[in-house]
Amino acid sequence: MNPPVKVALSNTRFAILALVVGAVLALGCQFIQNDYFFNAAYTVLLYAILSTAWNILGGYTGYVNFGTAAFFAIGVYSSIVLYKAFHLPLGLLIIAGTVVAGVAGIGLGYLTLRLRGHFFAIATLALAVMLFTFVTNWDYAGGARGAYVLVPREVPFGFPRYIRYLFTVMVGLTVLAIVVARIIERSRFGQGLAAIRDDELAAECAGVPTLRLKLIATAISGGMMGLAGTTFPFFISFVEPVGAFDLRYAVNAIAMPVIGGMTTWLGPLLGAILLGTVQQLVQVTISSAWNLLIVGVLLVGFVTLAPEGIMGWVLAWRARRSKRS
Amino acid sequence: MEITFPLVANAVIAGLLLGGFYAAVSVGVAISFGMLDVVNIAHPAFIILGAYIAYTLNAWLGIDPIVGALVVSPLFFLLGAGVYRIYHLAFESRGRGALPGLAFFFGILFITEVVLILIFGVDYRMVKTSYSELSLHAGSIDFAFRLIVPFIVSVAMVVALHLYLKHTFFGRAVLAVAQDPLALRLMGVNPVRVREVAFALSIATAGIAGAFLIVIQPVQPSIGREYIGLVFAVCVLGGLGSVYGTLVGALILGLAETFTATFFGPSWSPAVSFGLLLLALAFKPTGLFGR
Amino acid sequence: MSALLQIDRLTKRFGGFVALDQVSLQVAAGERLGLIGPNGSGKSTLVNCVSGLLRTEGGAVIFNGSDISRQPAHQRIRAGIARSFQIPKPFASMSVIDNLCVPLLYATGHRPGQTRPGEAQARDEAFEILRSVGLDARAGEMSAGLTQVDMRKLELARAIAARPMLLIADEAMAGLSTSEVDEILQLLLSMKGRGIAVIMIEHIMRAVMQFSERVAVLVAGHKIADGDPHEVIANPDVQRAYLGE
Repeated sequence: MNPPVKVALSNTRFAILALVVGAVLALGCQFIQNDYFFNAAYTVLLYAILSTAWNILGGYTGYVNFGTAAFFAIGVYSSIVLYKAFHLPLGLLIIAGTVVAGVAGIGLGYLTLRLRGHFFAIATLALAVMLFTFVTNWDYAGGARGAYVLVPREVPFGFPRYIRYLFTVMVGLTVLAIVVARIIERSRFGQGLAAIRDDELAAECAGVPTLRLKLIATAISGGMMGLAGTTFPFFISFVEPVGAFDLRYAVNAIAMPVIGGMTTWLGPLLGAILLGTVQQLVQVTISSAWNLLIVGVLLVGFVTLAPEGIMGWVLAWRARRSKRS
Repeated sequence: MEITFPLVANAVIAGLLLGGFYAAVSVGVAISFGMLDVVNIAHPAFIILGAYIAYTLNAWLGIDPIVGALVVSPLFFLLGAGVYRIYHLAFESRGRGALPGLAFFFGILFITEVVLILIFGVDYRMVKTSYSELSLHAGSIDFAFRLIVPFIVSVAMVVALHLYLKHTFFGRAVLAVAQDPLALRLMGVNPVRVREVAFALSIATAGIAGAFLIVIQPVQPSIGREYIGLVFAVCVLGGLGSVYGTLVGALILGLAETFTATFFGPSWSPAVSFGLLLLALAFKPTGLFGR
Repeated sequence: MSALLQIDRLTKRFGGFVALDQVSLQVAAGERLGLIGPNGSGKSTLVNCVSGLLRTEGGAVIFNGSDISRQPAHQRIRAGIARSFQIPKPFASMSVIDNLCVPLLYATGHRPGQTRPGEAQARDEAFEILRSVGLDARAGEMSAGLTQVDMRKLELARAIAARPMLLIADEAMAGLSTSEVDEILQLLLSMKGRGIAVIMIEHIMRAVMQFSERVAVLVAGHKIADGDPHEVIANPDVQRAYLGE
């Protein structure tokens, strides 16, 4: 018999479910009194979006992007500049930053995706340093000194504090990112990406237009990283290039999917929640350098010893259990 | 800015001297990436590690950093051999592609940087040698010794490596290992062993290049990243896997950077290597001298 | 009658080395052609040039009436040229049946009169193909765990799933046991029933002689013989090339 297709939620149902979960989460958290919670939660959500975005190219397609910080910073700086120039509302800033970062992804991909995968990886590092140099020399965006962004005094939708509003926006963006990732995963597009990851030559010879698919994946992934950066200026209100291009974004965006598991949308989310929370705790209790050391050690440990990540353990455990019964 | 002769001449000299140093920084990657196909993006981290070890030896015992680095280079060799063993066991022998290996080296880069920050802090460290302040003058042109000494030792190291790889049995085995590992096995040579030694050699050059770095400029744990683009730009420009090509690529990059710094300001120079790398990748990925 | 595949004076160089020197070859619709030659004679290079993985320096590849010399590989399989790889290249993270869904979803539906199957139809069609090659019992297994012979069958099944008009089988039997060779041979012979022409590249002469309606011989980048299998084998030039004098 033809083995039955695994019964799973349709994309629409999944999207509705994710929205409901997100809404409940966002509303429920409003009862929390401590504002620090929202700062920490915002950061964890930021990482969730970044690692979900990274995974679309890294996990689904097998192309390593070290330039997460660059795409993130594109989102950050497009918000700063457009806000300073036109005072655009947050919604438009989010869309603009996403588009600019996505276009940057296409540009970089067009230059380097024809080559073997590690050239792309090296080029993403190059992009980060080039953009960093450009931004430090761009006076309008604050240059090396940095830029202040005045948080609007009026908090929209009656939120008591701006950070609570930002947190809620971020929950929405995270839901969006996860829904997009899951749709890709289960689509014909996603199957083409998986074929590229498994064997690019065989994929091309099976009719997969590999270059075009990689470009689209890079654009979506880069755009989503930009998306994560768009609200950031309002979160920290003072942005300097060193902070916006911090390597910790690149490292976390790789470490979280590697630790969580790279084949499904759940892996990066799981990795971001676990690693992000641990970092928030260590940051308060010990120091941020130790924090980064933990991330680095976990990254190297998982990638050498448990390449399937936590989801790999879960799936293996489920497979064992279903065999027994 | 007015373009005067001394300005240009100084830029040319400084660029060439800097280029010699870049050759030392990059030649290890020409071996690991170009010949062994191991994408060691952590190479600059080993350079910074070398710089700090040279610094520490100098601070404790007053040894000249370059002499100190030569003395400890066997340790770097062993470190390289160890890293390659892990890499081989976890990735190559299991047939996992180069891409998870990239994440591995990225992690190593990051761990090294953080450990150095935890030990030394984020302040810039530098070493004063007997020749740090000296310079030769020829008319209006300056030759600073803190650039000349690393330049000479760098070029000597690169030439020695080239001769070694070209004219010894082991060297030819390294060149053969990428082409035809089976033939090597038939000759009774273990290709994994050859790769391990070659990779170890590449890390040893990183340790030595670190000493040059701290002679030339103050060092801080996170400046390693700036060299990632540089080493790969040099290797791609020089045609992957060619030692002399690496030297030429390095000189070109040194010139490009000093000219940019002279005429547009030093804050633009980090973009040069990466810009050249992107251009090289886009238009001539086999390098200027590639096949 | 015009040929289905017409290779016209194809030339491929690697640096100074001429791998293919003005090679011309024709295959008619539904024909079974055996392509033989010593190691390094350019057979695999020819496959790569025809399937679009390598760019050629001169000459043309005409398929089904149109010049495809400049097309990338994914467009050539869409046009109807499928290939299998000498060393099997399964999509290792996918199940056997999903391996077939990739060409079904990406390579089909680009020729007039063809439509691309939907997801469910694709699985049905994939399962049919797996049944015809004897892999239906493995449909749900991960492709990475297959045996050598099953891996070869998967290569061929994945090629069939692209609904080709021509299949190039690059040493699909190398390293298999006698009975396994016969299995693959039967499989390749059955392509006629699907209306698929086959170029079989092979060293196992027994299989070549059983299979081929015509045999072409490539030596050092030149085609030195092309015709009836028994006549080609008796050709003194071919014997010299094989026995090496």
